[in-house]
Amino acid sequence: MRRFKDNLLRGLLWFSALLTVAILVVIVGYIFFKGFRLISLDFIFGDYSPTGGGGIWPMIITTIYTIVISLLIATPIGILAAVYLQEYAKQGRLVKMIRFATESLTGIPSIIYGLFGAVFFVATLKLGMSIIAASLTLTIIVLPVIIRTTEEALKTVPHQYREGSLALGATKLQTLYKVILPSAMPGILSGIILSIGRIVGESAAIFLTAGTVAAMPESIFSSARTLTVHSYLVTQEAGDIELAAAIGIVLIVIILVLNLLATFISKKLNKADY
Amino acid sequence: MRLIKKAANGLWLLSLVAVLTACGGNNENEAGSLNEGKDTISISGSTSVGPLAEKLAFNYEENQDVNIEINQIGSSAGITNAISGVSEIGMSSRDLKPEEKESGLDETVIAYDGIVVVVHPSNKVDNLTTEQVKQIFTGKITNWKQLGGDDKEIVVVSREDGSGSRDAFQEIVGYTSGELVKSSIIASGNGNIKTTVATNEHAIGFISFEYIDESISTVKINGVEATAENVLRQKYSLSRPFLFVYKKDHLTDAGQQFIDYILSPEGQAIVSETGAISLH
Amino acid sequence: MASLPIENQTTNNRKSNKKKYFLENVSSKVFLFCALLSVFSLLLIIGFVFYKGSHPFIAEGYSFIDFIFGTDWVPSEDQFGIFPMIVASVYATIGALIIGVPVGLFTAIFLSELAPKSMAKIISPAVQLLAGIPSVLYGVFGLAIIVPFLQNNLGLAKGQSLLAVILVLAIMMLPTIVTVAETAIRAVPKTYREGSLALGASEIGTIFKVVVPAAKSGIMAAIVLGLGRAIGETMAVILVAGNSLIIPTSLTDSMRPLTTNIALEMGYAFGTHQEMLFATGIVLFSFILLLNFVLAKISSRGGN
Repeated sequence: MRRFKDNLLRGLLWFSALLTVAILVVIVGYIFFKGFRLISLDFIFGDYSPTGGGGIWPMIITTIYTIVISLLIATPIGILAAVYLQEYAKQGRLVKMIRFATESLTGIPSIIYGLFGAVFFVATLKLGMSIIAASLTLTIIVLPVIIRTTEEALKTVPHQYREGSLALGATKLQTLYKVILPSAMPGILSGIILSIGRIVGESAAIFLTAGTVAAMPESIFSSARTLTVHSYLVTQEAGDIELAAAIGIVLIVIILVLNLLATFISKKLNKADY
Repeated sequence: MRLIKKAANGLWLLSLVAVLTACGGNNENEAGSLNEGKDTISISGSTSVGPLAEKLAFNYEENQDVNIEINQIGSSAGITNAISGVSEIGMSSRDLKPEEKESGLDETVIAYDGIVVVVHPSNKVDNLTTEQVKQIFTGKITNWKQLGGDDKEIVVVSREDGSGSRDAFQEIVGYTSGELVKSSIIASGNGNIKTTVATNEHAIGFISFEYIDESISTVKINGVEATAENVLRQKYSLSRPFLFVYKKDHLTDAGQQFIDYILSPEGQAIVSETGAISLH
Repeated sequence: MASLPIENQTTNNRKSNKKKYFLENVSSKVFLFCALLSVFSLLLIIGFVFYKGSHPFIAEGYSFIDFIFGTDWVPSEDQFGIFPMIVASVYATIGALIIGVPVGLFTAIFLSELAPKSMAKIISPAVQLLAGIPSVLYGVFGLAIIVPFLQNNLGLAKGQSLLAVILVLAIMMLPTIVTVAETAIRAVPKTYREGSLALGASEIGTIFKVVVPAAKSGIMAAIVLGLGRAIGETMAVILVAGNSLIIPTSLTDSMRPLTTNIALEMGYAFGTHQEMLFATGIVLFSFILLLNFVLAKISSRGGN
């Protein structure tokens, strides 16, 4: 009986994993199959043309802007917040409140972030429909992701590391910066990757804060269109699934490159660790 | 060990830079707006007018030193932006409502557009009366059989409440949003309606002339073909104006020149090219 | 050091200690400040949405009960009832959870416990990649593949349906659940497993009775994050939901969840209509806060 149950569960585990992989293959496969004909250097590096046949370079630049700006703000804040929660705070009402806030932020639909950003950053702070307004909105969106994953990563750092370091006379801060953070680095990086995914994938919030101008942004204070918003708009308005899929290929490649890069970095760090 | 140190140092440096950037954000903003050399015309509004406006702007910018920002966010939002001054010009695919006119907006008709009823290419029904269209969209006719087609359930596809195209369509056909059959699919753009109808043999919807292609088949209304000619001869009833709306005191010289360009023969030639109906 | 006179050494130590304490103090304040930023953002967003969304009920005389339980949503005729959307949202979320959570968790367990190392090394990053795919593309995929599939194989008049939404959402929450849960399960100390195995438990028994319970808080986080992604999703849902304003009574009915209502009409809405969309946001908020509250309760009970 026990063996039967074990085998059943083992089978379910295999099945689930295969299903997940199959879904990945089908989705990515479909997007490549549908969009690859449009992919060319002109498509990627060409300027957008409303008369058709143009490229997506302005959208790529806009996407990069939003990623860099929001991560530049959210990463340090998120890591330090997680450090506070895991290493400094005494369990109590304050920590509970902060945890509750972070978790609640995760659950807020991006469209509401969009509404908020459109009135707070765009109108109240007078940033206008712009890349910077969208990036600030995105900062709030990815903050909980970074806090949560960093916290999980900090939890994985063995207690002996901390105790050893403190016993050797290092201060808490030195322990943190020389021992704990470096060994939590791979986990933190995976949080950053998730965040980039979230930023690249975001459409609703960007749509309302950065606008939909299909042109090369002159500065981070211009209104512009990210790749994802572009693919949403071509599906919605033009019904052009082929073009949406081609943009999808570019998005997937961007994510792939980032993932490889992050894996590479965390591997290097891991090696240095042992 | 050295690598760890480097990474940790990098991290701290990054935090520092980020905090500084975050604090310095506002100052840069002022500098940014000072640096702008070119005139910028901000336009927002209808997704039906949008593609046309983008093409006009694209051609205009080739010869003029201006920067035209076009945000396609829907007629009502565009009109609101024009009133509040967020955008210099609003684009609308429906007539202004009385309360919108009262707030001091001026309007310029830049083109006309027809709305065409579309069905799946395999659908045998190719002509409907206005009354039949009304009964379909209000749920009184529910099967294509009742209209001489195959024995198939009708799937109604409509735009969202507040869309300029939907307002214009309902007003001309003669039913209200409250009467629209509740099970109808609501699509959020012309293209969305087109793909929905193109992939569903049961479906019926309405789109702007600019979006007509071979993936869907068009339906005659009261026996009249949906063509630009018939709209101009006032035989085809499903038409509406494309408007640029603005407040006189918000309109810059650059904005006025762009409007003049659209109304010129050169601009109107682009209007015809995109499938909308030129003023001439 | 050893050559220094003893007195000199102590003052030196005292000085550096002072500096150390100062640094410790300041840095812990900075950390606290960063942690509080998320509370501040949350309060700002909540305050803002509630202010906007409660306006019609406080100042314009609309009834909140009619808003929640009304079945007609016709903004142009001043009717604002969101009951059909509440039902639609609840169904879609529960459906996605029923499919997404078990498959996601089982995949995570497989990858961290059972999978050969070489296999996990390929699959884990691939799943992370899946998490990065923009949701709009899931919507494009859903519209191009799932909707016609349902339409043709179930003999439906339209494939845009509750079932299509559930499938798209379940697929979309998978990578998030897998990635986060996998990290949590891997973090369970090896000694737990060894102890359980040494006591004679089977490999599978150890996984489900020892490892998974030990990773509970991380798994909860995975579910919350996955759920957040499903609830937060709008653009992909717009493409496959059909957005009809009826109360769904079967898996094949087309429907409109709360988020979709906001996204679909925000661009066009102004005045009371816009405020009512913010009110829709409040309802969404209340659901999420309630959910977080429940999950926090569950995980704190588990901790004890």
